[in-house]
Amino acid sequence: MTQNWPLWEVFVRSRRGLSHTHAGSLHAPDAEMALRNARDLYTRRNEGISIWVVPSTAVTASSPDERDPFFAPSADKPYRHPTFYDIPEGVSHL
Amino acid sequence: MTGTDTGAATVTAAALALGDDALILSHRLGEWAGHAPVLEEEVALANIALDLLGQARILLSMVGDEDELAFLREERSFRNLQLVEQPNGDFAHTIARQLYFSVHQHELYAELARGEGPFAPLAAKAVKETAYHRDHAEQWTLRLGDGTEESRARMQAALQALWKFTGELFQPVEGLGGVDWAALEERWLAALTDVVERAGLTLPEGPRTGAWAAGAGRQGLHTESFGRMLAEMQHLHRSHPGASW
Repeated sequence: MTQNWPLWEVFVRSRRGLSHTHAGSLHAPDAEMALRNARDLYTRRNEGISIWVVPSTAVTASSPDERDPFFAPSADKPYRHPTFYDIPEGVSHL
Repeated sequence: MTGTDTGAATVTAAALALGDDALILSHRLGEWAGHAPVLEEEVALANIALDLLGQARILLSMVGDEDELAFLREERSFRNLQLVEQPNGDFAHTIARQLYFSVHQHELYAELARGEGPFAPLAAKAVKETAYHRDHAEQWTLRLGDGTEESRARMQAALQALWKFTGELFQPVEGLGGVDWAALEERWLAALTDVVERAGLTLPEGPRTGAWAAGAGRQGLHTESFGRMLAEMQHLHRSHPGASW
């Protein structure tokens, strides 16, 4: 099963959506079948949407063990954050 | 509809033929629920079954009460093709049946959708569904034919077993006067030849109708397994006539 029917990750962009969002995963023998199965499982065949399928093995994930060094913001280096600018008067969309 | 008696009668005959095809094949596909090879295929077969059931409801409603027509007619009153009533068999048989039927249905509905007959609105909607059914069947034919030795042998056997029921697909249906059946058959054969060859299989030879009465479904003559299927399908309705659900 896992050999002939590998796992695929499915990303779907809805008709009015701006980006592809991870919708779930499924098993399929190849990319073409994965697309068709994704359509059945995750889109109910709504027109005008986009689907990406990616073999799960192609996804490299960050490791939970490395969360701290990977993601911890360096709070003691405030120059990394754009917080020192004076906002000119009259600029309403900053 | 023309409004004349003969016009209404032929529309009724055609709606029954197309509606019964969809209803019976839908029921056969429904029998796969919980038994498909993988979960994803389970959903695909159910989707196709639901599409067909939707078509059947519209078509049978053009004739009369859809529930009465589905559940209270005897075998001899059904006008479906003998192809669609054939048992599911193994997965390859189901795919071969889907392939033969959905290529036919897609081509037929595309032609009906281009016309101005009473079936044009339905066909315009259903042609998108049948395009998907056709694609699904073609994809699986390619995979089974080009798969393992066993899957290839099974797919070839399934194509062979159902071949004798394909002649009936192109018998003119009363009420579908505008359809060029000979051209339809040519397109069907060309499409079948293409996909079967790409799958590394061979299209069966031999007669597609014959003395075994294949080709009589439209006249209400059906094959042996159809009666058992109807008994199961109609059991509850016949046990509780007039109940609402």
